[in-house]
Amino acid sequence: MTGRTARLLPADETGTRLLDLRRLDAHVRHFGAMPVVEAASDGRPGALVDELHEAGLRGRGGGWFPTARKMHAVVESSAARRALSSGRKPVVIANAMEGEPASSKDVVLLSHSPHLVLDGIQAAARTIGATHAYIAVHRGSPVIGVIDAAIAERGGIDTVPIELITPPARYVASEESALAHWAGDGIATPVYGDRPFQRGMNGRPTLVQNAETLAHIALIARHGGSWFASLGDPAAPGTTLVSVGGAVALPGVIEVATGTSVRAILQRCGGESATVQGFLTGGYGGAWVKAEELIDIPWAPDSVANAGGVIGAGILWALDDQHCGIRELASVSRWMAGESAGQCGPCRFGLPAVADDLALLVTAQADQEMVSELNHRLPLIQGRGGCKHPDGTARFISTGLHAFHEELAHHLHGRCTARTTERALPIPASREIPVRKGGKDFT
Amino acid sequence: MSKHPEFARLYLDPTACDGHGFCAEVIPDLIGLDEWDFPVFHSGGLMTEIPDHLIKDAKRAIAACPVNALRMEKKS
Repeated sequence: MTGRTARLLPADETGTRLLDLRRLDAHVRHFGAMPVVEAASDGRPGALVDELHEAGLRGRGGGWFPTARKMHAVVESSAARRALSSGRKPVVIANAMEGEPASSKDVVLLSHSPHLVLDGIQAAARTIGATHAYIAVHRGSPVIGVIDAAIAERGGIDTVPIELITPPARYVASEESALAHWAGDGIATPVYGDRPFQRGMNGRPTLVQNAETLAHIALIARHGGSWFASLGDPAAPGTTLVSVGGAVALPGVIEVATGTSVRAILQRCGGESATVQGFLTGGYGGAWVKAEELIDIPWAPDSVANAGGVIGAGILWALDDQHCGIRELASVSRWMAGESAGQCGPCRFGLPAVADDLALLVTAQADQEMVSELNHRLPLIQGRGGCKHPDGTARFISTGLHAFHEELAHHLHGRCTARTTERALPIPASREIPVRKGGKDFT
Repeated sequence: MSKHPEFARLYLDPTACDGHGFCAEVIPDLIGLDEWDFPVFHSGGLMTEIPDHLIKDAKRAIAACPVNALRMEKKS
């Protein structure tokens, strides 16, 4: 039933267990050998970029930006800078940081098919003429050993060296400019100004792609763009990984064709385990949607956006009706405030302020005036940061206040209708990790 | 650069800004302050168009910023 859509994560014949393709021979046996990919030359990307264009591949890290366009942009800025005699060759960074606490697709993909991601890094690097490539997983990630072993096993087959880097496990460290900053300078903070495709690591044009996107590139190099586009939503074709969590019988990562309905995705995960009041889409920088407004929506960027959600890095998380939505908003926004790099005022001061407002709402110490103040603050912290951390957090809160407006009204009258005071969404332990190599901390 | 540019734009680097707030005093027609004394362009976002009659004030605001968080871009 799911055979055609099991591209990145193939299962055994019983369909219950994902194949272990960590070893290179098993990987080649299943996926076939990686063809030779044409290198960039004369300021033009290699021919694979045309297949990626035909495939309609869009980045799975959250932005769903067309991959071929991003590659063209990197090659163009490299060529333009060479003309200015300050040119530097591009680099590739594979983003497998998995900064979203409700996401696990990068770990599942890399722990079963690491060579697919490494094949994709090679293909991307040759296509844009990169001389170095990196794969970034956060410090302490469970897949560090798998990636180390896979890189070692590939020996001489890679023409562009791949290095594993491990930035700190902080939410903002996985933002693409922060990754390029870390790879070059050992500082994991977002950079304002030129985007990485213009000036990234050490000023070099830098292609940052999510691990899943690179795995799709490895398959498009084998089978072509029209094969890739034969499945899924026409505006964002192919299959995609979804981290399904919360009130479902079998939470986990599944691969579906884009455009599969949310209802069908939940059924693949054993169905709802309780009555669902709302879905968190896209993670802690994403958006809440009421259950009835999302359940029949196709899981594709445009349709989810039209329903008020955001696919982001492929997170679908169901909140049951036992838990308090307002409490979820308060605990996540407090955590997100702590994950700020503290570089911009609206984020550094705005996020703790709205987290304080929400904490008062949880304990029903708030009145309508405070809600008005919160609604006034939320738009003020958007669009004013060097990265999208404050914008995403504000969206998480404002869509939550809308989705949980009935519960909000109860709280304003001193009541909470939840049957537990536990929180449902995972909150990682406070991560007091310096963002600089060498230990210099930041506030 | 022509004496009368077709447009001029004021840009704020939010990662450099420390919220001293001088810019809002110099050019209140374009910039206000939020409750933490960080600048807010009345037009929203991190870039604002500068009308011709405010270009001089915009230059003063840029000079007044202790951390060089403001810059202007002109096109003739």
